[in-house]
Amino acid sequence: MSIDIEQFHGVFFDESDEHLDDMEQLLISLDVDSPDSEELNSIFRAAHSIKGGSGIFGFNALMNLTHVMENLLDKARNQELSVTTNIVNLLLETLDVLKATLAAYRNQVDVPEQAIAVSITKLEKALTETQETTAPDTNIETSNHQNVDSGNGFDNGNDSTHSDSGDAFGFFDDEPDTHIGTSQQSANTDSELSTQTDDGFGFFDDTPSETTASVEDDGFGFFDEPEVPVIKSLASDDSFGFFDTADIPPPNVKANDSVGTQSAASPVQSSPVPTNAIQSSVAPDTAANKSTSPPPSISKSPARPARKTGGRDSASIRVDTGKIDAMVNLVGELVITQSMLSLIGQEVDGQVGERLQVAIDELQRNTREIQESVMSVRMLPLTATFNRFPRLVRDLAGKLDKKVDLVLQGAHTEIDKSLIEKLVDPLTHLVRNSIDHGIELPEKRRAAGKSEMGTVILGAEQKGGSIIISIIDDGGGLNRARILDKARTNGLAVNDDIPDSEVWQLIFQAGFSTAEAVTDVSGRGVGMDVVRRNIEAIGGRIEIESSLGEGSGFFIHLPLTLAIVDGMCVSVGSQIFVIPLLNIVESFQPTASQLKTLGNDTVLYIRDQYWPLVPLHDYMDVENANRKPTEAIVVLLESSKKRFGVLVDALVGQQQVVIKSLEDHYRKVAGIAGATIMGDGKVALIIDADSIATTYTSSQIEDMLA
Amino acid sequence: MSDTALHQAVIGGDDKEYLSFVLADEHYALDIKTVKEIRGYEQVTKIANAPAFIKGVINLRGDIVPIVDLRLKFNVGEATYTEFTIVIMLNIQDRIVGIVVDGVSDVIRLMEDQILAPPEFGVAFDSRYLHGLADVDGQMVILVNIESLITSEEMGLVAPQSVNEDA
Repeated sequence: MSIDIEQFHGVFFDESDEHLDDMEQLLISLDVDSPDSEELNSIFRAAHSIKGGSGIFGFNALMNLTHVMENLLDKARNQELSVTTNIVNLLLETLDVLKATLAAYRNQVDVPEQAIAVSITKLEKALTETQETTAPDTNIETSNHQNVDSGNGFDNGNDSTHSDSGDAFGFFDDEPDTHIGTSQQSANTDSELSTQTDDGFGFFDDTPSETTASVEDDGFGFFDEPEVPVIKSLASDDSFGFFDTADIPPPNVKANDSVGTQSAASPVQSSPVPTNAIQSSVAPDTAANKSTSPPPSISKSPARPARKTGGRDSASIRVDTGKIDAMVNLVGELVITQSMLSLIGQEVDGQVGERLQVAIDELQRNTREIQESVMSVRMLPLTATFNRFPRLVRDLAGKLDKKVDLVLQGAHTEIDKSLIEKLVDPLTHLVRNSIDHGIELPEKRRAAGKSEMGTVILGAEQKGGSIIISIIDDGGGLNRARILDKARTNGLAVNDDIPDSEVWQLIFQAGFSTAEAVTDVSGRGVGMDVVRRNIEAIGGRIEIESSLGEGSGFFIHLPLTLAIVDGMCVSVGSQIFVIPLLNIVESFQPTASQLKTLGNDTVLYIRDQYWPLVPLHDYMDVENANRKPTEAIVVLLESSKKRFGVLVDALVGQQQVVIKSLEDHYRKVAGIAGATIMGDGKVALIIDADSIATTYTSSQIEDMLA
Repeated sequence: MSDTALHQAVIGGDDKEYLSFVLADEHYALDIKTVKEIRGYEQVTKIANAPAFIKGVINLRGDIVPIVDLRLKFNVGEATYTEFTIVIMLNIQDRIVGIVVDGVSDVIRLMEDQILAPPEFGVAFDSRYLHGLADVDGQMVILVNIESLITSEEMGLVAPQSVNEDA
């Protein structure tokens, strides 16, 4: 029976991406002075998983590089090598190469052989350097050597002779790399191999529990993987049955054959049924690299607990967003059908009617819950987005010789997935700006009486119906005079006495950069206008606060989701409109004294200010509306462009509505952001305050406010 | 052999099916493949600043779909709305549009050589949107090129740039 292994490529790529991201995060958060052994272990495991998978799939370039990397990591976690900043840098570089290689395999293009070769050389150099310094320490225990050597056997197979066998083995065994790593510094003790199998067995912490005693005896405490208990519990897992069958992928079999002779002393081999033993000791890990096992459902279950030990506690599946969108739509339909049903249910009398009502109430509750949970599926924490920044900041600060501490706040804040994707570029740009233009060089900071270490805070929080993402630095702040000068050079008419907030908005003009020198990081003046455009495109706005010498903050206000809006339903004539709550300042019934006539138009005078008043029935061309303002309701709106009041007949109620596009089947309509379907199945239009402000004022009220 | 293939083998292959409908006293027909469904007229939500023949939008199972009254568009008949008023939902270029007509009469099958060139004048439709004329049981049926009508600029159903790049 042959297995089409290619069908697992996608899973492998996705998982490897995740592993690489994990490694990157861990490396960056790693405290070089006193590295946490659990973190080192996690990094090692991630590298190991990639190596295993790549071996199985025959991605040799990827495997070779991860293999060397793994060796280095292994030493680090065994405290045979002190982690230095250089090593972390080297590992980070290697990660980049790995990412490129993975992408190359994914896109089926040529792998960057040269970069891989360079990385391997660098890693090996780092390895040999440490090997020399730590060599004396390795003669600790005989058993250690023994284990080490059995590992060495695999290692040889892996590196020099036949990669297939080595790969496969590396893949199946969680820990042989421990041996590989240590093997390089140990003397050959082949003769001992066959005699000390028990001890050796202990080395394989993954193996069943009866061996753990010997592990402790031999003082291998530091090899104790957190997986041990987990894997023990898995010993009875169904996956065993599976791995015992002929379904074992061919490389696995080869591995057993070829390795067998080299490592006669291999503890695994000494057990009565060698093949099974290898497989059983190996099964949980195979499962972790689930790509090999044909039925993913089997392999997944063991993978979860193993992951948890790596500090990851969210079990997740990947779903095509198209499917979620379809589900959101369907649930919307369900809600409408349910409310139709409850309308009908009210007309049914008698006992049947009562029973029907009970059932409908139940249905209503369930529908609401389904709706909520479907909506929440679209929401993702910003963690993944935020986590890319430590690396960026680290690299950038290094490049610019600045000292920057990045503080992440509120990364758990959840936001619609479609927004997350569109946020990455603007955020990256703003963070780069903060470091390049905001944070000063250490000398300058010292001269200004600040600590040399600059701080950039990347934060997110939910406030009501919107998410506020802030990028705050304690750098030099925006220079008002310089911005004004630049504005004039660019031919913009500006007064010296315009408020700060307006000055700051100038930097969003295209081609506006006050950086003295164009660097390869920023300063070309393209970007801020793109940032603003991107943010506005997803329904957000950006505000700046800055004070010279103290720093600046960029605040991005975003709606929680693009798909739903909190709205106030208002009635005009027989029609219902939805006004987004975000835009509403207040609503009230105007008194005659608040209404002034100006030409043909009515304006509103409240709080010593004149507000343009847009009668919605007029703008939306609705018949039978209340035409006497004093009997109607004014809703004061605030858009990014203007503040104005709209006149409506009555407020109907507040509710969350699902935004549907008018453009799918029709076209864009001035003053309307979209449509939604109300409980009775009718369509209500959603007001676009910005659009009303521009289209209405331009024709009718513009002059008045000029 | 599939049904269609069988069909074509028997009949000769160049016939097409049309859905015929009535506007005032005239009989029209459109390519049946563009028809999504036929339903009764229901209350629409009016859209501001749209031409009168665009009645508004309705909710078609979650899609917001515009409804056009062809009687108003072509000034024929009387635009009354009763429970028997018919809306033909069309699926054209991935868009759904409903057209209000006085009635739907039949599905007719026409060979290509039964279709005569349209006259230059005399029908409510601009000849640009006509495919031809046909005689069905002694009655003249006007074949409408519904796709070019619905996507035309004068209907205003499609944003200009998506119809014509230089508009």
